[in-house]
Amino acid sequence: MAKILKQRNIISLLILIAIVFPFLTKNEYFIHVMTLSFIWMIGVYGLNLLAGYTGYLSLAHAGFFAIGAYSLGILTVKAEMNFWLAFLLSLLITGILGFLIGLIALRTKEHFFAIYTLCVGYIIYLVIDKWDSLTEGVRGLIGIPAPGKAGPINFEEPLSQYYLVLFFLLVTVLIVYRIIHSLSGRTYIAIRNSEDLALTIGISTMKNKLSVFVLSTIFAGLSGALYASFIRFIGPDIGQISVTFDLLTYLLVGGIGTLSGPIVGTVLIVWLSQELQFLQDYRMLIFGPVLTLLVIFYPRGIVGALTGWKHKRDEKRKPQAARASSMAFGKSQVTVDKPVKEG
Amino acid sequence: MEIFVQQMFNGLTIGSVYALVALGLTLVYGILHIPNFAHGALYMMGGYITLTMMTNFGLHYWLAILVSILAVGLIGVLMERLVFHPLRHAPPIHDKIAAIGILLFLEAFAQYVWGADYQTMPSPYDQVVHLFGLTFTMQRLLIIVFAIAVMILLYVFLKKTFIGATIIAMSQDREGANLVGINTNRTAMLTFLISGGLASIACSLAAPINLVFPGMGQLVILKAFVIIILGGMGSIPGAILGGYILGFSESLGATYISNDYKDIIAFVLLVIILSVKPTGLFAKGGH
Repeated sequence: MAKILKQRNIISLLILIAIVFPFLTKNEYFIHVMTLSFIWMIGVYGLNLLAGYTGYLSLAHAGFFAIGAYSLGILTVKAEMNFWLAFLLSLLITGILGFLIGLIALRTKEHFFAIYTLCVGYIIYLVIDKWDSLTEGVRGLIGIPAPGKAGPINFEEPLSQYYLVLFFLLVTVLIVYRIIHSLSGRTYIAIRNSEDLALTIGISTMKNKLSVFVLSTIFAGLSGALYASFIRFIGPDIGQISVTFDLLTYLLVGGIGTLSGPIVGTVLIVWLSQELQFLQDYRMLIFGPVLTLLVIFYPRGIVGALTGWKHKRDEKRKPQAARASSMAFGKSQVTVDKPVKEG
Repeated sequence: MEIFVQQMFNGLTIGSVYALVALGLTLVYGILHIPNFAHGALYMMGGYITLTMMTNFGLHYWLAILVSILAVGLIGVLMERLVFHPLRHAPPIHDKIAAIGILLFLEAFAQYVWGADYQTMPSPYDQVVHLFGLTFTMQRLLIIVFAIAVMILLYVFLKKTFIGATIIAMSQDREGANLVGINTNRTAMLTFLISGGLASIACSLAAPINLVFPGMGQLVILKAFVIIILGGMGSIPGAILGGYILGFSESLGATYISNDYKDIIAFVLLVIILSVKPTGLFAKGGH
């Protein structure tokens, strides 16, 4: 039983479900919602890398999401560029802006960083809202093309778009997985647990923080660019603080600083929101307190609570002798999934 | 020249409001080291409660403000008890997220109860006054006078009374305050009460010249953060000074630079300050 539930098997199963999902349901609306939640997941992974693993709560991610979306929109609609070129460029633009902002923002710490990024996010929103000649202001950008042909595949249809987004999501997860289990991932966690200590043992914290910040913004930008090409209309609203809060809710519910948290949280909340549509404007009446309660009682969300519970159970089950060897194996898990420590 | 003086007066008005909001924020930061993102929601609740008291219960403006101060103060105390107190040993990132949760809840709550429409608050003081070549409504004058009175009262309370001194002591050193016999729990609750009350006063005063709507606290709270970073996190004179600096620069900026971008001034100011000094102006010592 335990063997079947191994991490690798669960992952393969999830991917399989994601691939056959469009065949299980003929409802196009469901596919639409699922595609949208995949897009959000990419952004949430970006936020997770920064807030969850490095311990820097960035509140500017809706801004970077909007930069990605608007870069794609402006390049394709106004400059009439080829879609995939514009797509690459929009990632590049987000990355460069992320680098420049990170260079300054990362000089600040903790509260200052949160407040600083909050203000940066707001500036991005205001600039998009007011810069009429470039962004069309409150009217928004209309008629963004769907992803162009890549070889024989046409991405005009919802089904192929679903797979395109799924592809990017898998790439994102793979990259994040590789990072977390690499030396850089350990470095980020070291910075989260104690930046002073990390500095003392010879980690160049600024370089690492900057690289994770840029990566995180690129994910946000990727998510934004996909959003723009999927919805095909964007307004300044997507840069609002509330979008950052949405991303944060997805991350918190799923589990901040866990690998599968963004998937669990986003799927759960997006589907719950669909079910609770009559609540649309008032859904925060429920999600607001949920966010607060989670932070108090389950600071690492659903995934964190589950793994914690599983660890405990395993510890109890194992006979004394086997424990020593299992500790060695379990260690890598433990360091990765350690709760956010005071920095 | 006349425009300049008029704008200085406007700056004084909005500066007073900002200073009151920032004072509440800086008091809480001083004792608990929490950037209370939910403070803007308290501000918004203050406006709505005053408005409801006036329109639905027919209370007089001042009586309505009094009720609102108590109600919002109570929300503040509840927040401290139910959320920030259990989180006092948690990593700093948790407080912020919890505060954001409260903010989202209160905003949705306001929208649910009072609707998303923009509402106007009638004020008994909307007469137009001409003085020294200036034209303004009584309400604006009232804002300035009342805000300054509240600030003086607060100052006297903190400096001259025993209970006020406990707040100062706790902001200087929580453990030390505990050691000399100060009930830190009670002081924290008191601070949240005052902080909520200040937010409520600020909003009740400013609402007649602005509008009341669920998202009204967002911009104000962002600016209040700019102010307390400008004036030093936890510093009381800094919050007042910062409030007026921002008020003046906004009203002058709106006239001489661009009205569209006046809201951006505060954030550009903050970005510049934090770029030069990552721990804010007037930061005390190392961390």
